[in-house]
Amino acid sequence: MKPFEPLDSVAVPIMRANVDTDQILPARYLQKPRSDDFGAYLFRDLRFRKDGSEVPDFVLNQEPYRHGRILVAERNFGCGSSREHAVWALYDYGFRAVIAPSFGDIFHSNALKNGLLPIVLPDATVAALLKTISARPGSRMKVDLATQTVVTPDGTTHSFTIDPFAKHCLIHGLDELDYTLTEMQRIIEFERRYAGEVATGPRSDR
Amino acid sequence: MSDTKAPQTLFEKIWSRHRIMERPDGQVLLYIDTHLVQDGSAPAFEMLRRRGIAPRAPHRTFATPDHYVPTDSRDLNTIADPEKRRMAQALMQDSARAGIRFFGLDDPRQGILHVVGPEQGLSWPGTTIVCGDSHTSTHGALGALAFGIGATEVSHVLATQTLWQRKPKTMRIVVDGRLGAGVSAKDIILSIIGKIGAAGAVGHVIEYAGSAVTGLTMEGRLTLCNMSIEAGARAGMIAPDDVTFEYLAGRPFAPAGRDWDEAVAYWRTLPTDPGARFDREVTLNADEIAPMVTWGTSPEDVVPITGRVPDPDTVTDAERRDAIARTLSYMGLKPGMPMTEVPIDHVFIGSCTNGRIEDLRSAAAVVKGRKVAAGVEAWVVPGSGLVKAQAEAEGLDRIFKDAGFQWRHAGCSMCLGTNGDIVAPGKRCASTTNRNFVGRQGPGSRTHLLSPMMAAAAAVTGRLTDVRRLMEGAA
Repeated sequence: MKPFEPLDSVAVPIMRANVDTDQILPARYLQKPRSDDFGAYLFRDLRFRKDGSEVPDFVLNQEPYRHGRILVAERNFGCGSSREHAVWALYDYGFRAVIAPSFGDIFHSNALKNGLLPIVLPDATVAALLKTISARPGSRMKVDLATQTVVTPDGTTHSFTIDPFAKHCLIHGLDELDYTLTEMQRIIEFERRYAGEVATGPRSDR
Repeated sequence: MSDTKAPQTLFEKIWSRHRIMERPDGQVLLYIDTHLVQDGSAPAFEMLRRRGIAPRAPHRTFATPDHYVPTDSRDLNTIADPEKRRMAQALMQDSARAGIRFFGLDDPRQGILHVVGPEQGLSWPGTTIVCGDSHTSTHGALGALAFGIGATEVSHVLATQTLWQRKPKTMRIVVDGRLGAGVSAKDIILSIIGKIGAAGAVGHVIEYAGSAVTGLTMEGRLTLCNMSIEAGARAGMIAPDDVTFEYLAGRPFAPAGRDWDEAVAYWRTLPTDPGARFDREVTLNADEIAPMVTWGTSPEDVVPITGRVPDPDTVTDAERRDAIARTLSYMGLKPGMPMTEVPIDHVFIGSCTNGRIEDLRSAAAVVKGRKVAAGVEAWVVPGSGLVKAQAEAEGLDRIFKDAGFQWRHAGCSMCLGTNGDIVAPGKRCASTTNRNFVGRQGPGSRTHLLSPMMAAAAAVTGRLTDVRRLMEGAA
């Protein structure tokens, strides 16, 4: 994972609730290798017609939204399937932060592990933000993870919360697994104790 | 139970038993008892290989291909797309390399992981179960803490048999009363989602309780927990009881002999203690639940079959009005039209939600002696090879085939179409699956979620139909 850097970017509005991971990354691209540019598949069926031409109404086909790195969405963004590919698609396209009133739980956790910052802001704040950035295309926003702040186009600053450990990993580009591996002794001790307990689940070696 | 101890929920008991350590930020490292892997797991194995790490507990890991397998044959070589074929082959190779128990296409135990797990006795009460698939919540029906994870988390579990989690909030959904004829577990969960919304349980683990829940068979409970994720909850669970133990007893990977007795004694301590507190409580009356059907592109867009498509003009909130209008345009529905006037092109009976033997029996009971309506393409895709064999032993396959259904092999199939089984653009499918998202069953596909009985009713009439009318013989 690459370190997360402060953002100053055009903000892109997605004006719909419950944007599921099937819409973000349709299932027919799930077998593609991670080495592919998943940005090409992002919102594929909303962005492109069957013949591959662009759907002009879709926000990412409009200037200057095309180059946005901050996405602003409605409630329950990223609900549905656990596919991490949805995060890869947003990331590969160039997005580094998504702001919404709520996220699908699995999407939220996948995002943090791939350098995409999910930011939860109150309903009313997001609603106002969506209004502003749709009315004034090209409106810029700032996101700073170190200070946990978002600066909206009108200059208002909003704070957001994030797990300190996830923040640490994002800022330094660290994988959680590296940290867990330093705690293997704790896992081994747990397993030793646990082995004496009843009903600890099926095993294929017994 | 010591009376000095604070009352605990089922969830809290499982959580604390699997807690290895806590990080300064409050996240807990949980031990994972059982890891299920399917044919979408190739990226996770690849992440591990790049780091030079071998799976830590292959004996706690079980694999079967379901997403990419063909349902018209049992031969991987018939998968035309080389990338899809490679996904199914990768699972076989990764499992063999790591020493993971694998049920392949030549094995009758192959099937959808969330059907195979309970069927093989892999899903035990009180255990933690994860899988790189959001419908892992299914296994909570047996009193397990079971939830879906992403690819990076799959690689973390493979490497360490653990997972970092922030303790979720708890929600209890109590459904009391009796379900009427023609109403099933699918209608309970669709009603719940209609009530609390698709984000209603985000950040929560649901415990389902009440007489209508404990009165369900294990298969009904599996359907209920399966769609917890469609209500926003990563996990849903039901306290283990005699129904659970009778279901599990004698299954291949269930404990046996003295281990069984000890296990049951432990499992009887798991149900939520009286007086335990939940962060949220929701109640429903089962007597009021009708057969449900979705009209839109989120599982929360749901009405009783006796209802109508919503009319955006009657909605005051502008944003909601636009959203409904956009949805109706995608779905090709007229505002205010009765749900029973919606014609259908496809019927799909199957999936981890409704691909079990009781689902097939209930659908077959409606289909028996009737024919699939002209112009409708109707499929049955059993949830596992063993479900298929059982159905054939009972003659259900004949009932379906005589009526004009296609009787296929086990897999995820048309629920999400990863294997190429898709609904054509603009076509409408009455489907026993779990998601009616835009393009879920194929680009441009239109999905109506409903129960197996309701899907069967739609198949024989060619439109969405109140199955209760067929049961009275009125149609």
